[in-house]
Amino acid sequence: MSIFNMTIHELHSALKGKQISSLEATSAMLERIEAVEPHIGSFITVTSEQALAAAKSADQLIARGECDLLTGIPLAIKDIFLTEGIRTTCGSRILHNFIPPYSATSWEKLRDRGAVLLGKLNQDEFAMGSSNESSAYGVTRNPWDTTCIPGGSSGGSAAAVAARQATATLGTDTGGSIRQPASHCGCVGLKPTYGRVSRYGVIAYASSLDQVGPLTRDVTDCAVMLGALAGHDPKDSTSVDTPVPNYSAALPQGVKGLRIGLPKEYFIDGLDPDVQKAMNAAIETYRRLGAEFVDISLPHTDYAVATYYLIATAEASSNLARYDGVRFGHRAEADGLLEMYTRSRSEGFGSEVKRRIMLGTYALSSGYYDAYYVKAQKVRTLIMNDFISAFANVDVMLTPVAPTPAFKIGEKINDPLQMYLSDIFTIPVNLAGTCAMSIPAGFSASGLPIGLQLIGKPFGEETILRAGFAFEQATEWHTRKATI
Amino acid sequence: MEMTVTDVEYVARLARLELSLKEKELFAGQMGAILGYVEKLKGLNTDGIVPTSHAVPMENSFREDITSPSIGLEKALANAPDRAGSFFAVPKVIE
Repeated sequence: MSIFNMTIHELHSALKGKQISSLEATSAMLERIEAVEPHIGSFITVTSEQALAAAKSADQLIARGECDLLTGIPLAIKDIFLTEGIRTTCGSRILHNFIPPYSATSWEKLRDRGAVLLGKLNQDEFAMGSSNESSAYGVTRNPWDTTCIPGGSSGGSAAAVAARQATATLGTDTGGSIRQPASHCGCVGLKPTYGRVSRYGVIAYASSLDQVGPLTRDVTDCAVMLGALAGHDPKDSTSVDTPVPNYSAALPQGVKGLRIGLPKEYFIDGLDPDVQKAMNAAIETYRRLGAEFVDISLPHTDYAVATYYLIATAEASSNLARYDGVRFGHRAEADGLLEMYTRSRSEGFGSEVKRRIMLGTYALSSGYYDAYYVKAQKVRTLIMNDFISAFANVDVMLTPVAPTPAFKIGEKINDPLQMYLSDIFTIPVNLAGTCAMSIPAGFSASGLPIGLQLIGKPFGEETILRAGFAFEQATEWHTRKATI
Repeated sequence: MEMTVTDVEYVARLARLELSLKEKELFAGQMGAILGYVEKLKGLNTDGIVPTSHAVPMENSFREDITSPSIGLEKALANAPDRAGSFFAVPKVIE
């Protein structure tokens, strides 16, 4: 098998058994990146030299018999994670020259276990988007059909896994930004419960919604990555101090007797027929495996997108106030201070970021604060309560990830509202703060991947991983590869 | 909901953004459409509902008051667009 097609667990076995060295694996991956990158555009920065050096260090560890599950595994991470000494742009022109003085905890955790960094992945600017078209560093193309978007905002993270440019990747999810691209690119993507993974060193978009998570080739790898990432971080006071379970051990427990909820608001008339077909087949598979289905309702689903676009933009307008040209990032030539702020921001931010800052500023402005921002926070409570009530009767929920397979590049770029509505099934999970995962569950008639969303209770990652693993064992969707 | 170019100009000033006339007209239409869409929240009765600012209920997060080294002056200033000795330099503030 080609090295670049391997999962983390396959490559780990080969490294441990000394059939392959990390240097060979990393070199193979760098060659692969060079070969397919002109067609895909997953990367903003490729860190070849550092990667080869890290691979050599990993090989020394392995020679000493110290081969952790991630030792010597070549990974790539979204360009939203700070990496000390390596340029970090967050997909924005305003950070075109930014070299972070420290690293994100999530990346440090992977690095400390011996993982090799191949580079920094393309994304929507400041993680604002569902298509990766808002990056200042060019669009990313879907490896299954290069005329289609890969999804966003972690579009580079999903495309790199699908095009086999990295063994696994790291993304962030504020309203679906891991799950929606994972669904569109046919990989596994998990958004952990809010507080499960540290956000320290992750460039902030909407702080009450942002969460870090892995994108992988299968559920087994997803459990390995989550185990490495999860845990309390004294540098992130919103990270939660609950014990980290052994996620891998939970996988083989099966789904017999598992109660799976089907929220009726997620199976709407507008659902693409291919997506509906894939969901029906998945329900059949789970039934055969012994799971029980329960019809449930999340009555405030229809209000989630509106709630999200007030809360997320309000938080963004506040978070992005730091980009003023004073301490780091782009600075425009100007005679006075105010002019410098305004010019630096106007030259540095792209259109979608400006639009969201404007919306958030409006929602927080005098006279509108209660009507928009506080109102949205109240509706957020109702949406959270929907999940609490529904989870009293079920262990997990099964829904589509997105209403359609990947759309065409350019199709929705001029209609922001239509673009926002493509996140209708992923956004409620962020508002409720709970966990969810996208796993491959079929293909459209035109050959585009379709993802299935498993939503878990807060800190219920073990259950969704176990349910995902059972599905994966019974199907072969995750083994299909984009021909690139 | 109607959003005028004057409304857009007011919000842009608050957000420290300078927009071209073309951008202002574009944003007026798009923000109007988005704000029109979010109007649907107004139809929902939220009397007596407590607003949620964070999904995970949390009290203050305290730690021991122990000092540890910070990143230091040179690292902190390494990305400065302009510096004057140990300071970030900016254009003149007072005329």
